Amino acid sequence: MAQNLQAVGDVAPSQQQSQLDADAGQAYFDHVMAEDSRIEPRDWMPDAYRRTLVRQISQHAHSEIIGMQPEANWISRAPSLKRKAILMAKVQDEAGHGLYLYSAAETLGTSRDEMMGQLVAGKARYSSIFNYPTVTWADMGAIGWMVDGAAICNQVPLCRASFGPYGRAMVRVCKEESFHQRQGFEILLELANGTPAQKQMAQDAVDRWYAPSLMMFGPPDDDSPNSKQSMAWNIKRFSNDELRSRFVGMMAEQVKVLGLSLPDPEVRFNEDTKKWEHGPLDWEEFKEVLAGRGPCNAQRMERRRQAHDDGAWVREAATAYAAKMAAKNEVAA
Amino acid sequence: MIPTGSQPSQAQTGSLAGVGPATGSQPSQAQTGSLAGVGPATGSQPSQAQAGSLAGVGPATGWPLWEVFVRSSRGLSHVHAGSLHAPDAAMALRNARDLYTRRNEGVSIWVVPADAIAASDPDSKGSFFESPQGKDYRHATYYVKSEGVKHL
Amino acid sequence: MIPTGSQPSQAQAGSLAGVGPATGSQPSQAQAGSLAGVGPASATRITPGNALRPEDIALEVQRGDVKPSENVGEYALRLGDDALILAQRLGHWISRAPELEEDVALGNIALDQLGHARSFLTYAGAAWGKTEDELAYFRREPEFRSAHLFEQPNGDFAVTIVRQFIVSYYQFELYRRLTDSSDATLAAIAAKAVKEVDYHRDHSAQWVLRLALGTDESRGRLLAGLRLLWPYVGELFEDDALTARLGDAAVAPSSLRADFDRLTDEVLVEAEIDVPHVPSALGGGRRGQHSEHMGYILAEMQVLAREYPGASW
Repeated sequence: MAQNLQAVGDVAPSQQQSQLDADAGQAYFDHVMAEDSRIEPRDWMPDAYRRTLVRQISQHAHSEIIGMQPEANWISRAPSLKRKAILMAKVQDEAGHGLYLYSAAETLGTSRDEMMGQLVAGKARYSSIFNYPTVTWADMGAIGWMVDGAAICNQVPLCRASFGPYGRAMVRVCKEESFHQRQGFEILLELANGTPAQKQMAQDAVDRWYAPSLMMFGPPDDDSPNSKQSMAWNIKRFSNDELRSRFVGMMAEQVKVLGLSLPDPEVRFNEDTKKWEHGPLDWEEFKEVLAGRGPCNAQRMERRRQAHDDGAWVREAATAYAAKMAAKNEVAA
Repeated sequence: MIPTGSQPSQAQTGSLAGVGPATGSQPSQAQTGSLAGVGPATGSQPSQAQAGSLAGVGPATGWPLWEVFVRSSRGLSHVHAGSLHAPDAAMALRNARDLYTRRNEGVSIWVVPADAIAASDPDSKGSFFESPQGKDYRHATYYVKSEGVKHL
Repeated sequence: MIPTGSQPSQAQAGSLAGVGPATGSQPSQAQAGSLAGVGPASATRITPGNALRPEDIALEVQRGDVKPSENVGEYALRLGDDALILAQRLGHWISRAPELEEDVALGNIALDQLGHARSFLTYAGAAWGKTEDELAYFRREPEFRSAHLFEQPNGDFAVTIVRQFIVSYYQFELYRRLTDSSDATLAAIAAKAVKEVDYHRDHSAQWVLRLALGTDESRGRLLAGLRLLWPYVGELFEDDALTARLGDAAVAPSSLRADFDRLTDEVLVEAEIDVPHVPSALGGGRRGQHSEHMGYILAEMQVLAREYPGASW
């Protein structure tokens, strides 16, 4: 190794060495991608891969954490004790999912504090659908069935993401999510078979959450510049439109069981392409909400910020206690 | 902080080139093990388990990071489940209980400060783990002449 | 569902079809995905476990296997209402806790309490032919039997921890003795609950120590919380005609006090705190006389159910 470096001549050894390292690392990385194998935290990886992953995983984590709010909004008013327990367990799961994902992102060298700091500073993005309000109980059903349904469509392929910790986190998340979608569907089913007013409540919720849930898959493929790279890196397995189409197909079938309808007369299965199609979506609204002009953006951020700030003294107290105990044990030892 | 892995050694490059023939002919356990990094860590693949968040990234100001290992039932090993933040070991255990065993996933939990884990250098996979490759005679399947002999 | 080609996610895709929550007895999707892995050790194998659930009690009631006397029903109502009102309070923390790990921890405690509430209320309802939901959603304030401590506002995290500290040490002593109740259903509910509440004791004690000995601010807040809530301790240990009538079926509240004092004091001594000297509040919750807070709790909890009386959810 040392001989090697001497032979290099006038280039600074460290620089030369790091170039060699990068080349070897890139070669190994490419090999892993070609094999559809996994990259682990301590492996060499391109900076852009690391950055993209941190962004993608932390956005996903933020979405789980912010996503707790619209549903937590109904915990206190759940109309039966059974539903209250289910909803509590579900919102609690979202906190867990956020935690699993932050942990995965942390292996890339960005601390949770840093990510949380970006979120409360308004510098990080999260799924824009959580900026819509939950105005009726039926929204708990629609979110479970449609929003979690869309999330699962997105997440199941990510169990095979090329970054090991991300894939493993997604396995755990997907396992737990499976009850989320079912409980949502059953809320709607119960409402749809209830009184006319209940059925109307369910249909109204499906109408309101339909388009936002379709837009959860992200912009159309021809307007999604980073997708190609992400797919090459195996951190995105299917294109936005592909997943959206599958999702619409599932909704179209399942809505019949509910005895409700989707608010989109253009949903159909295209026999030629063998793909499900849907009507146009309002991408302007999507961008507006993403840019912070949704009905609840400010409220969601404020709530997270407040919880974070209100908890500061508690976190400090626990840290101080741990330090005191450690010092005490040292003296004793 | 993160072990950047930006120093793949020459040995590494060497092993890349050699991936093919040396091991290719036989799907040895070692080989599959090292590539199968899919899904939840299973007990006998410690390398997977670590990957969870081995990096030991301690936030500057927040609670430190802990790695969580869960025994799913008596008689089985503890397996890496994930990580979490906690101010100290006592709270880390409790947080792990709340976070990683909400669905009966475990009967026993270990927590370890993430920065207390020493890990093999990922870039030395080639040399560090080369020795067992090709030593077929360590495996029963190598001994074909005795095949079919009962109770052997 | 998702034609993924070569990789193990097919099994995963199962969950899209909603193979979902009933995974209990069979290895679930994700598991299957990793079957390639070796051996059964796993950190994600999930099961629903095996314990007395409110649904089991409802079934026994339906079958006519159990029917409490009105006295026992009235007693179960007290225990159920305590747990219900506390769960309602604790549920508010989910998405607001000081750290994400604590969101999950408080959520677990809230769910335990809600489970106990459902079991006690289901059983209580059987005395009058009512369901848990009829009792929870369609009784008026004076018909609730919870003690005042449970309806106290969450306050800051210190106040919530103090409330948990008092409640869990009280409930532990109560449920521990109730497992010997001459009423088999009360004993069975208590047997499940006492283990969960034992953990609640530990959780609250851990936090009492950290807040008391952490920083000046946390100690100040904890002491304020203790002064704020200690007046409501006395009510928990008052005997009355009902508990006297019930004899072996119930536990005389006054009989719990010595152990409660001894065990809470152990923690407080370690936390370098004296039990606050504050006058006891009058209480009256067991007779349906509540604080000003109760009306708001019920208004929020009951609003939707009352908007659609008779509806199924």
